[in-house]
Amino acid sequence: MSRLLASFGAGVLFAVGLAISGMTQPSKVVGFLDFTGEWDPSLVFVMGAAVGVTFILFRLSWRRGAPLFAPKFQLPTRRDIDGRLIAGSALFGAGWGLGGFCPGPVLSSVATGAADIFIFLASMSAGMYGLKLYDRLRRSAASGAKNASSTSVKTQRVGQA
Amino acid sequence: MTDFNPIMPAIGGALIGLGVSAMMFFNGRIAGISGIYGGMLSPARKDTAWRMMFILGLIVGGAVMVILRPEMFSVTIDRSTLAVVGAGLLVGFGTRLGSGCTSGHGVCGISRLSPRSVAATMTFMLTGAVTVYAVNHIFGGAV
Repeated sequence: MSRLLASFGAGVLFAVGLAISGMTQPSKVVGFLDFTGEWDPSLVFVMGAAVGVTFILFRLSWRRGAPLFAPKFQLPTRRDIDGRLIAGSALFGAGWGLGGFCPGPVLSSVATGAADIFIFLASMSAGMYGLKLYDRLRRSAASGAKNASSTSVKTQRVGQA
Repeated sequence: MTDFNPIMPAIGGALIGLGVSAMMFFNGRIAGISGIYGGMLSPARKDTAWRMMFILGLIVGGAVMVILRPEMFSVTIDRSTLAVVGAGLLVGFGTRLGSGCTSGHGVCGISRLSPRSVAATMTFMLTGAVTVYAVNHIFGGAV
């Protein structure tokens, strides 16, 4: 129960921060990415403050040895820079520049009831399902090829950031 | 440069930092929105409840701000419906393929000094800038 409340509270803080920082205004995001036009530096301060606070508070949290409501910290361990990471980030950046939205601000703008928010959210969810489908097709193609040569099937784990 | 005041972006950014840090301190999790939301779309997972509560918090926190400060939500942008759909598809597919978005890689990952997240953030900033350049300066700002 306390775990769920903490999740909820973290989401509320995040959403309030997004609104105050101006990230629920896609024109500001696009303005930041427009380096050759009327550049809007807001996002530098948003990211700078967010990383500054997180850098310190993550380390203070880790010093405790374990989170308050869970047995252990679950941190990504991969350090290799692979094709999926770069290709995925490149596609995400293109969509971010095209629409001015990343996943957080879209979800925190649901209460506006704006049609574009729901269209974006539905497309984003479809894109996520699209990747699952893509991975499934690739896996079955790979296992088909592997089975033909009677070697073991290698499964690929998709981790979070 | 447009008129801007760094105070509100910095206060907002600090609150975002507090939010992701709360998730780490209490639950030991990375508050990456695309990962949390995307994980919710996989019904096989047993750990759906905390994801739903985080997303609900995002929506409720946003709703409170929509009521208090509606001017902070000028969410309509000069884009055709087709462009919005395309942007959504790219963001959904790309964030899952690249294992993260602005929160997971940009805030949490950089704070952890993860080389993957630094590379991811540089990549999406670059392709974002190239896309905005193409939209604004090749297509005249309307797509």
